Amino acid sequence: MSKESQENFWIEVDLPPKLMEDFDKVVKNRKLDAEQSRKLLEDVKREYIIRRFEPGEAIGIISAQSISEPSTQMTMRAYHFAGSAGVKVTQGLPRLIEIFDAKREPETPFTTIYLKKKFENKEDATRLAEEIVEKRVRDVISNISINLSENNLELELSKKRKLDTVAKKLKEILKAFDVKEKSGNIIIKPNLAKNKLGVEEETDIKKVREKILSASVEGIKGITSAIVRREGEEWTINTVGSNFEEILKLEEVDDTRTITNNIFEVESVLGVEAARNSVLNEATNTLNEQGLDVDVRHINLVGDIMTFSGKVEAIGRYGVAGGKSSILARAAFEETIKHLVKASVRNEKDELKGIFENVMIGQVIPAGTGMFELLIRKKEKKKKGE
Amino acid sequence: MIMLVNSIEFTIVNPEMVKKMAAAKITKTDLYDEEGYPIEGGIMDPRMGVVDPGIRCRTCGGTIGDCNGHFGYIELTKPIIHVLYAKIIFSILKVTCKKCSRIMIDEKELDKAKEKKTSLKDLIKAVKKKCPYCKAEQGKLKFIKPYSIADGSEILSAVQIREKLEKVTDADFKLMGFRNFRPEWLVLTLFPVPPVSVRPSITLETGERSEDDLTHKLVDIVRINERLRENIELGAPDFILVDLWELVQYHVSTYFDNELTGVPPARHRSRRILKTLSQRLKTKEGRFRGNLAGKRVNFCARSVISPDPFIDIDEVGVPMVIAKELTVPIRITSENLETVKKFVERGPEVWPGANYIIRPDARKKKVTAENGKELTKELSPGYIVERHLINGDISFFNRQPSLHRMSIMAHRVKVLDHRTLRLNPIVTVPYNADFDGDEMNLHIPQLEEAIVEAENLMSVEKNLRSPRFSGPIIGLRQDYVTGLYLLTKYNPELERKDFIQLIRSADQNIEIPDKNKMNGKEILSLFLPKGLFIEFRAKSGEKVVIEDGMLKEGYIDKAAVGAESGKILSKMGDQFGSAYVIEFLNKLSKLSLSFLMKHGFSISISDQSLDESGERKVRDILVQVKSETDDLLRQYKKNELKILVGRTPKESVETLIKRRANKALNEVGDVITKHMKDNPTLQMAVSGARGDVVNIVQTAAMVGQEMIMGERIEKGYYQRVFPHFRKGDVTLETGGFVGRGFVNGLMPFEFFFDAINSRESLMDKSLKTRHSGYMERRLVGALQDLKVEYDGTVRDSSNNIVQFFPGGDGIDPSKVERGGVDVERIARKLLD
Repeated sequence: MSKESQENFWIEVDLPPKLMEDFDKVVKNRKLDAEQSRKLLEDVKREYIIRRFEPGEAIGIISAQSISEPSTQMTMRAYHFAGSAGVKVTQGLPRLIEIFDAKREPETPFTTIYLKKKFENKEDATRLAEEIVEKRVRDVISNISINLSENNLELELSKKRKLDTVAKKLKEILKAFDVKEKSGNIIIKPNLAKNKLGVEEETDIKKVREKILSASVEGIKGITSAIVRREGEEWTINTVGSNFEEILKLEEVDDTRTITNNIFEVESVLGVEAARNSVLNEATNTLNEQGLDVDVRHINLVGDIMTFSGKVEAIGRYGVAGGKSSILARAAFEETIKHLVKASVRNEKDELKGIFENVMIGQVIPAGTGMFELLIRKKEKKKKGE
Repeated sequence: MIMLVNSIEFTIVNPEMVKKMAAAKITKTDLYDEEGYPIEGGIMDPRMGVVDPGIRCRTCGGTIGDCNGHFGYIELTKPIIHVLYAKIIFSILKVTCKKCSRIMIDEKELDKAKEKKTSLKDLIKAVKKKCPYCKAEQGKLKFIKPYSIADGSEILSAVQIREKLEKVTDADFKLMGFRNFRPEWLVLTLFPVPPVSVRPSITLETGERSEDDLTHKLVDIVRINERLRENIELGAPDFILVDLWELVQYHVSTYFDNELTGVPPARHRSRRILKTLSQRLKTKEGRFRGNLAGKRVNFCARSVISPDPFIDIDEVGVPMVIAKELTVPIRITSENLETVKKFVERGPEVWPGANYIIRPDARKKKVTAENGKELTKELSPGYIVERHLINGDISFFNRQPSLHRMSIMAHRVKVLDHRTLRLNPIVTVPYNADFDGDEMNLHIPQLEEAIVEAENLMSVEKNLRSPRFSGPIIGLRQDYVTGLYLLTKYNPELERKDFIQLIRSADQNIEIPDKNKMNGKEILSLFLPKGLFIEFRAKSGEKVVIEDGMLKEGYIDKAAVGAESGKILSKMGDQFGSAYVIEFLNKLSKLSLSFLMKHGFSISISDQSLDESGERKVRDILVQVKSETDDLLRQYKKNELKILVGRTPKESVETLIKRRANKALNEVGDVITKHMKDNPTLQMAVSGARGDVVNIVQTAAMVGQEMIMGERIEKGYYQRVFPHFRKGDVTLETGGFVGRGFVNGLMPFEFFFDAINSRESLMDKSLKTRHSGYMERRLVGALQDLKVEYDGTVRDSSNNIVQFFPGGDGIDPSKVERGGVDVERIARKLLD
């Protein structure tokens, strides 16, 4: 490399997309001409090169430490009332661990529903909130009685208008029973003909009682409660329980903004890229809620390592850490014996490319200054000595 | 990079290899003869290496240092199943036919499986009930923990299993995913005996020998194995043989793992559970985590720390005793020969002397007070002298728990009297240290390379900005902040002799303006660099303006110079460099202290109480809260309460009471800030030096609502907390509200409520450290191999790209001010 090209190497450097956006914005806002913007780009590049990560930086360890160091200051058993809506949501350290564990279902599933412009008013919001809550038969009846002489079960509905839907639903569930509507009540009677097993005894009515009561009649499965809330200038709905797929199907819902805190639902409905964003948002919110200051770049890295395989993986033994290539690193992490036995049977080889492995055998680690070798040209060395 | 080890391969050892690598066959149960010498053929066979100094190895002739030991072997009378591989053996038997030992999947499907590389688990699922090759009906195989396999009701013996495994073809075996070994090797016939250096015996003071746990276990194996052999030779009845065989199996199994479920652990004579092979490797104290991932080192020291505001931030005070013990190797050249000679001449007892010289042939010679002069004569280039620590040497200073990289930083050594390690209180923040008995560690790098790297990468100066939040992690705290706050907020006019005194205590070289009077802001501005423009909000929200290094408006507090927040420090570091900030902090801390000493600053118990009018106001607030909450409870009882959205009436009333109680605390806080003006405790809280207004409120006026798990206290007796209360009576006071401050003293009930609260936070804290510690371990486990490559991408150890720009935009948070590269600012500088 010539001396000149060495000095001007930074002109070749690509700016990261985000910085490029910022640059374009400034150029546009200030209406810069070509010469000015070229100069500015040079300066930005020069600044960027000074400020970027240096090759060899053990960025993983730094991020891990940056996230866990302040977590000692987090609260343990914290629930937070999201806004003033009065919905309890797990917060603090337990929530952060939950996110990194990639739990199938969060301890407190929670969605925030935004509404399309057309439906964004108190009436529609209240109506929708009422509609989406999962209602079981138990919630819509005022009385249930077993008539032993008739060998049937009578449901008295608290709201007559739901008669049809309830009856329809029950017909679906109870295949071996006759479901009839009679003067605003529903009568359920075993039907011997329908029953493949043949004999039907009165105890079965008692047994089936619980099944009837907990049958879901309307609303969305998994939504236990919904609260209408005013967020800034907008009417929104918060729900306890989450069923992202079904909620997004609703006509009134603005499917571009509605979010859930269940990362796996986001993954299955919107894909990994969205799941990654979900991890980032959830982790950032949890940290901010506790008043902790952690740079987004660290959380970005964790989000990326959790999703770069194409699906959401947990941080831990059965996820990212367990899937590492080095046997020694895995053995040192958890389940030492298991990993050694497995490796021996498969004739695995540890290539010693990672950090832990090299610490173990007492070699220079391949990171930081250990990543590079110094080459000296002997002729030049003599010159410098003079 | 010079790699001594390129890779490590794991495989199953061939029984033939066991025999080949063995130096001795072990058959005898005794360890030593009458004279105490190890018996040949015994478990301490001298051919297996040496553990005692002075004796040479019978196999290789090496002494204790150069002989790593040699394996021996035991010929097992009957084959024994290797416990750790029992499950794998079971899987192999499951996919193979009991008669012909082929994989019970027809050839077509097998070819498919070969291509797809189906796992053993899936192969087992695909297995037919009837062997497609020999049409033999298969029985039901059952795995009985920990090492038995039953075919129907008949338990298979190790011999039977081995026979079946021997018949498995190489091709089939490879298909199962196994490489480079034969399945029958998993059933042991020859047993490798580890060298004595793996299990050294300890000679007690009494001359008695105490053997290692592994040796005990090996003795058991040899003994029962030999007894089994004798019994077979004698033609003993079958049941005796089966029992003995089972016993050998037990001993071999517990030799590998002594924590098997369903197996009583092998014990020492003293009932202590033996630590066998698995136990040596496992857990935090095991070989992997205890000896390989973390190692013990030389050239280190540990002592109690104490503060010394008169040493520099990047210095560490090292006690003389330590300085004389820790050494730095100096390679003698013609240039430094004379200086180094002086060190040796002084000997090990006079500081700065030397402890050892290392001759060019690597022989080490101890320097004593007597031979010092003598040794100087032989010194010449090529020698290495280990000299005492002297001022300016580089050291690593560390405090555990090492939660982030600033927990270990490089400091320059300053040798001092007494026996504690000294550090400047400014640098306690990154270490999270205080001086209530904390201890810290000191390490001395021994290589030039390490020293240079320490200076350039790990010094305090290079760690000013935390990568966590791109802000300054080192800054002023406590009294330093108070001092500057008092100096700039109250802005006193100082006479010439006073301000000269003040300024000179901080900086001996600074130019003092030719004035007769200077105020606090002017004095502080002297230390601000020209060209520093900054505008920000102070902790209390007031505007602070610094123009061209002059404090124009506002005052200095935690938000300006504090650790983790200091706006001035952040800006200054960006504009003038870290070295400047260190210097600035050094000066400001001294300025602040000497001002405080002159001004005077103290607190006493009388500072913690309100004046009479204030107290009256607090009493009014209390009465108000009481009546309002009583009202709420009355409404609740009558079912008239306006329920909060989404909550039950009970929850609603509780929330409302909690809110009201909290509001009361804030109201009292306002009263305090108004009535305790110029109170030193309040000054500390307001400036951010120490404590919070809430702390003052709690001491002076009102402790407030005590809570457990975020609720008012309800636990205890039926429908009440104490037996002294009426049932169902959960008013404000009986629910844990403490309406007086600590100065006034707490009533017994109130004291107990406070104790409940304190207990909860104590429990919480101890649980938290465990959980977050484990979380850190897992995060590190997942992220440790990620590093930035030369091409600017982030990759793991398998070279998978995780990110194209590290962290999203490639900017190192420890190198920028919060938020990253500001294009607008660069544009302003360039164009405006």
